[in-house]
Amino acid sequence: MENLIYLDNAATTLKKPPAVVQAVASALSCVGNAARGGHAGALAAARTVYDARVKLAELFHCPRPDHVVFTSNATEALNIALFGLLGPGDHVISTDLEHNSVLRPLYALEEAGTALSFVPADRLGRIDCSRFEDLIRPNTRAIVCTHASNLTGNPVDLARVGRIARDHGLFFIVDAAQSAGAMPIDMEEMHIDVLCFTGHKGLMGPQGTGGLCIREGVEIRPFKRGGSGVHSYDPHQPAQYPTRLEAGTLNCHGIAGLSAALDCIKAVGVEAIAAHEERLTRRFYEGVRQIDGVRVYGDLTFPRAAIVALNIRDYDSSAVSDALSENWGIATRPGAHCAPRMHRALGTEEQGAVRFSFSLFTTEEEVDAAILAVKTLAE
Amino acid sequence: MLKKTLSLIITFDATAQAMAAEKLLLARGLPGRLIPVPREITAGCGLAWKAPPEARAELEQALDNGGVIRGDSHILEV
Repeated sequence: MENLIYLDNAATTLKKPPAVVQAVASALSCVGNAARGGHAGALAAARTVYDARVKLAELFHCPRPDHVVFTSNATEALNIALFGLLGPGDHVISTDLEHNSVLRPLYALEEAGTALSFVPADRLGRIDCSRFEDLIRPNTRAIVCTHASNLTGNPVDLARVGRIARDHGLFFIVDAAQSAGAMPIDMEEMHIDVLCFTGHKGLMGPQGTGGLCIREGVEIRPFKRGGSGVHSYDPHQPAQYPTRLEAGTLNCHGIAGLSAALDCIKAVGVEAIAAHEERLTRRFYEGVRQIDGVRVYGDLTFPRAAIVALNIRDYDSSAVSDALSENWGIATRPGAHCAPRMHRALGTEEQGAVRFSFSLFTTEEEVDAAILAVKTLAE
Repeated sequence: MLKKTLSLIITFDATAQAMAAEKLLLARGLPGRLIPVPREITAGCGLAWKAPPEARAELEQALDNGGVIRGDSHILEV
């Protein structure tokens, strides 16, 4: 793996801060089960989990650490938020930019009687935020949207959409899978009611970590029920957050790693990470956009998530990605990116797209090697 | 034989509040530690703060000022 040029950070950050690896290894040998007893191991676990809640609340400007709920990933967080807030007779507005982690729960809700509307994306994958207001109905209950497309990296102006949601009394649910840790997020300033994040992408923690940050007063129905370590004789899931949404043993080993990652992010600074990733994204885009036969998708303006999706001639994106991996050791993601509406908007349903995505650990040399490889394949 | 001492027990409704209490009280150098809730007490959370009874006012004030949601306080032999 040493010579691997890893440019698939939108799927997961493979290169983690060394402190993350150490924290997971250490937790594997010293933590018990959080909220299950008062011995040293159980308390160590409970402290680890609580510290991580505090750090996440600070990072996302969530006023209450006990309203930070852990899940296994952003998909689980989004399912909890959507099924816990919406039901038959409700109307919800989303966008063409969404990942299947938003779309499939929405389609399941639709089958049970929830009405859906989508703000369309244009050929460059952009949405017009004023369209949200046009779609509001008397029974509209929520707006759910991504912070940035996982296919093109195009962002949504969360502050603007959040104001619309607030002005119309709608829940604002945000999928921050592609932005958490790599783009500034302020739940208060952006009027976000539920922020869903994953721990293993921009936050650089282990897979199997993620969660929701919930605004005080937003009441989400439990998605699963079970052991909580508290109120054991109550036949119902306890009403308090985070316990309400955290039935079963938490992934404390993973959360220990996430907590260490959050320390690294704080030390470097989200703004500095965003600036580094923007430099690399610009460098890559400028390097490939003039190559004959290369087509770059999306609106390459900044700020954005550190993603550039492209195709070379009419080549199958899977064949291009495979050649990049086999010939140059460059890891990218081809094909459809779990974002069917966005592929339709961009016109890439058949060909898919090769996605290059960068992280704090990506270097300019790696970007230059990728540019050269794309150039060679396009010749 | 289990040795018992007269203690102050402060309960919590949720584990997150118990952890917030521990963080706050230890940072301020106040006495006590988290223990499993004694069976004499009914509490939502399985953890409670145990401390000498004479620290009651100081501890309760610190928790209230620090925004930690606490449950009841009890003085009992544990």
